[in-house]
Amino acid sequence: MLSILSPTRSKIAPKRTSSFQMKWGRIGIYGFLLVTALFFLLPLYVMLVTSFKGLDEIRLSSIFALPQHFTWDYWQMAWSSACTGLECNGLQVGFWNSVQILIPSVIISVMFGAINGYALSFWKIKGANILFACLLLGAFIPYQVFIYPLIRVYAEIGIYGTLTGVVVSHVIFGMPIMTLLFRNYYSTLPLELFNAARIDGAGFFKVFFVIMLPMSTPIIIVAVIMQVTNIWNDFLIGLVFAGNDNLPMTVQLNNIVNTTTGERAYNVNMAATILTSLVPLIIYVASGRWFVRGIASGAVKG
Amino acid sequence: MGHVSINQLDISYDTSFILNKLDLLIEDGEFIVLLGPSGCGKSTLLNAIGGLIDANGGSISFDGKDVTWADPKDRGIGMVFQSYALYPTMTVERNMSFGLRIAGVDKKKIEEKVSWAAKLLQLEPLLKRKPSALSGGQRQRVAIGRALVRDASIYLFDEPLSNLDAKLRAELRLEIKKLHQTLKSTMIYVTHDQIEALTLADRIAVMKDGIIQQLDTPYNVYNKPENLFVATFLGSPAMNCLEGTLYTERGHTTFFSNNILFDVSDYPFVKPPMNGQLVTLGIRPEHILIVEGEKEEKNIIKGEVALVEPMGSETLIWTNFNSGKALSHSASSDQFFSKGEEIWVKVDVSRCSIFDADTSYRL
Repeated sequence: MLSILSPTRSKIAPKRTSSFQMKWGRIGIYGFLLVTALFFLLPLYVMLVTSFKGLDEIRLSSIFALPQHFTWDYWQMAWSSACTGLECNGLQVGFWNSVQILIPSVIISVMFGAINGYALSFWKIKGANILFACLLLGAFIPYQVFIYPLIRVYAEIGIYGTLTGVVVSHVIFGMPIMTLLFRNYYSTLPLELFNAARIDGAGFFKVFFVIMLPMSTPIIIVAVIMQVTNIWNDFLIGLVFAGNDNLPMTVQLNNIVNTTTGERAYNVNMAATILTSLVPLIIYVASGRWFVRGIASGAVKG
Repeated sequence: MGHVSINQLDISYDTSFILNKLDLLIEDGEFIVLLGPSGCGKSTLLNAIGGLIDANGGSISFDGKDVTWADPKDRGIGMVFQSYALYPTMTVERNMSFGLRIAGVDKKKIEEKVSWAAKLLQLEPLLKRKPSALSGGQRQRVAIGRALVRDASIYLFDEPLSNLDAKLRAELRLEIKKLHQTLKSTMIYVTHDQIEALTLADRIAVMKDGIIQQLDTPYNVYNKPENLFVATFLGSPAMNCLEGTLYTERGHTTFFSNNILFDVSDYPFVKPPMNGQLVTLGIRPEHILIVEGEKEEKNIIKGEVALVEPMGSETLIWTNFNSGKALSHSASSDQFFSKGEEIWVKVDVSRCSIFDADTSYRL
């Protein structure tokens, strides 16, 4: 027994120092994370407190001070009566436009991405890799390059200045990244599964809808989060393609904040900004757990 | 019906051939095992039969009907994969019925078939479970069941037992053999495990580098290997190989290698040997028998025990003979030997294999 014990005893000493180091390392890491979190939360805090203060209070007190006369009025104004140029209907118009853009864009682009990814991983045709490389290249070309040609094309086929035009643009620009996401996910699934389904007599769409899609929950969640955030936050495409009646919330927000007549209503601007960023924020909070799980399951691995 | 005929099949990847002008005829109801080391093209051949890989040349026909370009689903096959490949989102029952549901078979018939297969494979209590709630052996049984439910005339097995542990492998091996006896359908089975091949097959096709080296019954493949590759690939413990020369004189043929001399006149030569021909003599461990003391008989040699490996049912002994090379031979596990002990052994030359040193073909 002794001869067995003695060598382990000699090993304990260095182990202790390492756990000691680890403890301080932990404290350092948490300290750093805490400071970083505060740094990033500070603007949000300032926005929140400012949105509940009157203009006098904003002018007089520190920007970090809590509101003395708490009021929701400015939020209400931001939503329903803030002015963009001549119209004073608030953000709500933009909100409903954004929703109308968001829902079809997300559904269609995720669906296309999934089918593309599935086809590229399992139905290997000659030159599939070149096709995929071209698609990827599309992800790296800046939007601005496409804008003028797209305007011409849309004008020609009559969807310029309509919601359809915006949705089509989002679907096109989302395609490369969605395809990449799904292709990488499907290439981790065993080929034998696909072969088994083929022997069972399932065709292209049957394999996709009955076998592959039910297995894709984690990656679909990742894709939906990415697309919702991207499309909701988009400014350029909405501004260029939507036309005056269909401007999304982000453009409307810009118009409210940049209106130059009279006094600058910081409280309304802050409330409007928070309202605009609420949708992606809720999506993140509600599905953060799934998002992490989707990424951890090898979904975004190159 | 399940007659398979493969003619001049070519399959290449980029520019290199995986299978080159391969011919294979499989009778109805036969159990064929494709055996070989990894990369020998056995799985490729199976996938080609299943229609999962396109042929670059040649043809495959089932019962005289050309199916070279037919879809997998139109070939009337059932296939079992190494990784089970069960649909993870479906229950066992739905996994098994998937093919029939797609084919639009009516519900009553599906239920009938599934319960028949479940009964055959003792899967009845598991029907409502998802694959993730099953053990490896159960999953593979479900995969076999899924293949059975499809009214196939040919079943393909792609290393179905390789992911299982030794005990389960032996159990399922037996079940597959029973299944074949019950169903009497054609089965084509890929494995690199020689025990599976020898126990299951009606005929074994030993493959290497995309070429069938020998296609014969397990007995012949083991006892009369066509070439040196087949001889050394099969058998565990492996066959002993001695390089030497044949001398023929007055109707007697002798094998000579480094001070060891064997009279091989009893050996059933396929082709008459030539005097001075360079050959390799392959002796299986069980064909070297220990004899009591020195006897005036031919092919008895003396050696010194170098290593003893008890293997449970028998003991493998490595003995140094004059040649300087140690030969392995088996002994009963009741016999005990120690290192350095002198023993006499008799080599049963008539059951050995002699290969030409140049071509490595059997003589």
